[in-house]
Amino acid sequence: MSGWETVIGLEIHAQLATRSKIFSGSATAYGAPPNAQANLVDLGYPGVLPVLNAEAVRMAVKLGLAINARIAAQSVFARKNYFYPDLPKGYQISQYELPIVAEGALDIVLDDGQVKRIGITRAHLEEDAGKSLHEGLPGVTGIDLNRAGTPLVEIVSEPHLRSAKEAVAYMKKVHTLVRYLEICDGNMQEGSFRCDANVSVRQAGAHKFGTRAEIKNLNSFRFVERAINYEVARQIDLLESGGQVVQETRLYDPDRGETRAMRSKEEANDYRYFPDPDLLPVVVDEALIASVRATLPELPDQKAARFASQYGLSAYDAGVLTASRELAAYYEEVVRELPQEPKLAANWVMGELAAALNKENLEVGSGKLPPARLAGLLRRICDQTISGKIAKEVFETMWSGSASADAVIDAQGLRQITDTAAIERVIDEVMARNPAQLAEYRAGKDKLFGFFVGQVMKATAGKANPAQLNELLRTKLGG
Amino acid sequence: MSDWHTSTLTQLAAGLRARKFSSVELVRAYLDRIDASQAALNAFISVTREQALADAAAADRALAAGAGGALTGVPIAHKDIFCTQGVRTTCGSRMLDNFVSPYDATVVAKLKGAGAIMLGKTNMDEFAMGSSSETSFYGPVRNPWNPQLVPGGSSGGSAAAVAARLVPAATATDTGGSIRQPAALCGITGLKPTYGRVSRYGMIAFASSLDQGGVLTPSAADAALMLREMAGFDANDSTSVDTPVPDYVAALEQPLAGLKVGLLREFFDKGLDAHNEQRVREALKLYQQLGARLTEVSLPNLPLSVPVYYVVAPAECSSNLARFDGVRFGYRCENPRDLTDLYRRSRGEGFGAEVKRRIMTGTYVLSAGYYDAYYLKAQRVRQLINADFTRAFGSVDVLMGPTTPTPAFAIGAKTSDPITMYLNDIYTIGANLAGLPAVSIPCGFVQELPVGLQIVGPHFSEARVLNAAHAFQRATDWHTRVPQGYA
Repeated sequence: MSGWETVIGLEIHAQLATRSKIFSGSATAYGAPPNAQANLVDLGYPGVLPVLNAEAVRMAVKLGLAINARIAAQSVFARKNYFYPDLPKGYQISQYELPIVAEGALDIVLDDGQVKRIGITRAHLEEDAGKSLHEGLPGVTGIDLNRAGTPLVEIVSEPHLRSAKEAVAYMKKVHTLVRYLEICDGNMQEGSFRCDANVSVRQAGAHKFGTRAEIKNLNSFRFVERAINYEVARQIDLLESGGQVVQETRLYDPDRGETRAMRSKEEANDYRYFPDPDLLPVVVDEALIASVRATLPELPDQKAARFASQYGLSAYDAGVLTASRELAAYYEEVVRELPQEPKLAANWVMGELAAALNKENLEVGSGKLPPARLAGLLRRICDQTISGKIAKEVFETMWSGSASADAVIDAQGLRQITDTAAIERVIDEVMARNPAQLAEYRAGKDKLFGFFVGQVMKATAGKANPAQLNELLRTKLGG
Repeated sequence: MSDWHTSTLTQLAAGLRARKFSSVELVRAYLDRIDASQAALNAFISVTREQALADAAAADRALAAGAGGALTGVPIAHKDIFCTQGVRTTCGSRMLDNFVSPYDATVVAKLKGAGAIMLGKTNMDEFAMGSSSETSFYGPVRNPWNPQLVPGGSSGGSAAAVAARLVPAATATDTGGSIRQPAALCGITGLKPTYGRVSRYGMIAFASSLDQGGVLTPSAADAALMLREMAGFDANDSTSVDTPVPDYVAALEQPLAGLKVGLLREFFDKGLDAHNEQRVREALKLYQQLGARLTEVSLPNLPLSVPVYYVVAPAECSSNLARFDGVRFGYRCENPRDLTDLYRRSRGEGFGAEVKRRIMTGTYVLSAGYYDAYYLKAQRVRQLINADFTRAFGSVDVLMGPTTPTPAFAIGAKTSDPITMYLNDIYTIGANLAGLPAVSIPCGFVQELPVGLQIVGPHFSEARVLNAAHAFQRATDWHTRVPQGYA
């Protein structure tokens, strides 16, 4: 595969978290019975007209500000005309020549730690289509228009991505951003966040792009990576065996792990875009921009930079902890309780906590083990009441119950033994019970030091302070 | 009382309020006139007799209680392009033959709110595409002045109904002249308001940037009374304009003296029938006598109206009519083999020839490679026409000219040549392209057929335009003439 360069551009569709649809008053909640959330406007009834949801505009502006883009003073909705049963009006209201957001960028971090800027050509508002249903409907197709008219922002990147990994890093970055901005719930399983990938390959050093294929509707990071990798290999195989890539739309089949042709350029619709005469141009003035700007939260990159400097974290850790607003907030709550130990807090939030959440498929904001309780546990590590190892056991108990760290430690008698005399007493007993090993050790078999540590720990149920134990044992064994 | 049908809307509303007669009596009388005329005129697609009588009884109760709005108990008809809840709304098409609307258009709801009683839905060119009311799935409408002739279109059913005094007023819509041209051909008053003055919500779209709801009545005074109830901002229509609705009725009697009238030079062209021209010039002379100052003005780009219109309107219609796909409502073909077959046959069988012609034209002008040459260029010329009007209104208050080149023509005379048919709208299209209010009023007869005078004003000058029309009608009686057999 050497000698080839991959070129990728992503079109990300993020469903905007408005309560009602972009052009009607219907609710946008997921999971309602089919067509329960489709009113006459969504159904495209004769005579009905679209009315723009101002909240969707604010959300698009918010995104534009967060990616340092140009916000169009006037943008225009256009009709994209094509026939499909899940498209009630026979056209999708979108933006074409004049999108609301243009010329933005986001930075991603590459494997080698380098930062790469990915250009964002444009982001425009549009309505989602409905869904065709086939399951349990033999011989017919059902149409569910609950999703029809749900607001989307389509975020179109420049072809700046050079590998599936970069594409995923960029998509994750956008995913993090839209959730920070609270403009999209980011739920990929429900289709709230999905993308189309434009993929082509060219000889390294070539100036012209190769012919691209567009892989539609990828709704997980894993699928994005696999689909792109498959597609790149397919195109290279094709070219190396003397064939040509044709411009076409392809679908990724996750079961087979491959992409396959959906329709070629020749079969592509002529969408006959034209400005929608039912809607006035969208006017965004300075006052609106200022009022949206005032609602901008600390953005992921800003937060990560602050975490690194304020808490002395590595860039990597800061990145992980700021991957979501909720995780970052949780971490900062823990640190507020334990201002001296930001690194310890980071290790526990990224380690035990993340693993436990992951295992139960929970979000950090789920309310299970609030930050103050975790801080209570870490405090007992710091003041040497328990060791790090014991702390993990305490964590398990705390995770499945509601007791505080202190309550668990007391109830299970896990308090660490730091009384020198008490430790020496156990050491003496262990030495007395193991005369042979003692003799061997004293004859020079240093390795047996570990054996004695183990014996003492066993006798104290692991509660002896490890540092103290080491020191006392060395003295005693030395005779 | 047997002269209800020659009374004005204002008189009827006042008579009802004074309880000189009941709404039930009035409605029944008009329903009987509708029934008696239907075979000859075919002005109605649906007559809602029972509902109308029930509504009239309710109106009488309201009136007895001293309640009610400006139009309580007054019968009217709606062009079948307006959605009416629980009542079939066909748009003159087989496509919607089975369509019972689940909601009321804003215009319908407003008039209902004002107390008007709907007697039925009037016939029209299919999807408002036509100038003769011959393209209706329900057969052609006939002109009450001569049943061999067309009433004009697309609002021919509403125009014929008002001309034959089957209702004192009927709603209508105007995309390229569909209110004014039939008003002229039927000898009544037809008002197309400013684009955005009347909500389009619930008015089945033909060409969204041009469509405007309005009204057909015998007189300008009646039109003022109707418009006062129909106009206003509607949150359901983003293109409706949020500007106060003046009292059009109160403005009617303002003096005309000093009114600056611009004669549209481009309208007095070689296509204008000499007899028509004579009637229009006589009307203009009368305006002069009434105190108006006449000057000739030129709108050099106006002759491009027809080609611009026949790019823009079909383009929008090709998209607006995409929703009629046989999936959710309306006509669906028998036993579709697959999705493509469902689309092809539902649309192929559901739409008539003129609608298909315009959908194809519109699809073509929006296609890749043709968009710039047709659609974009048409939009640019539309801007030039707008600018022409703006310039003209810098020096005159209103523009006047003929509404149509000729009086009513024979049924079937122009159906084989769409271009000839399209040219019938040559004087009316400009106001649609520029979104201006315009009225057509009767100004005489040519060989026993009515001729219309058109008055066009600047945006939101309906009060001025109606005032000018009313002044003319106080000095003439053309608008009170009723065709033989309907007097």
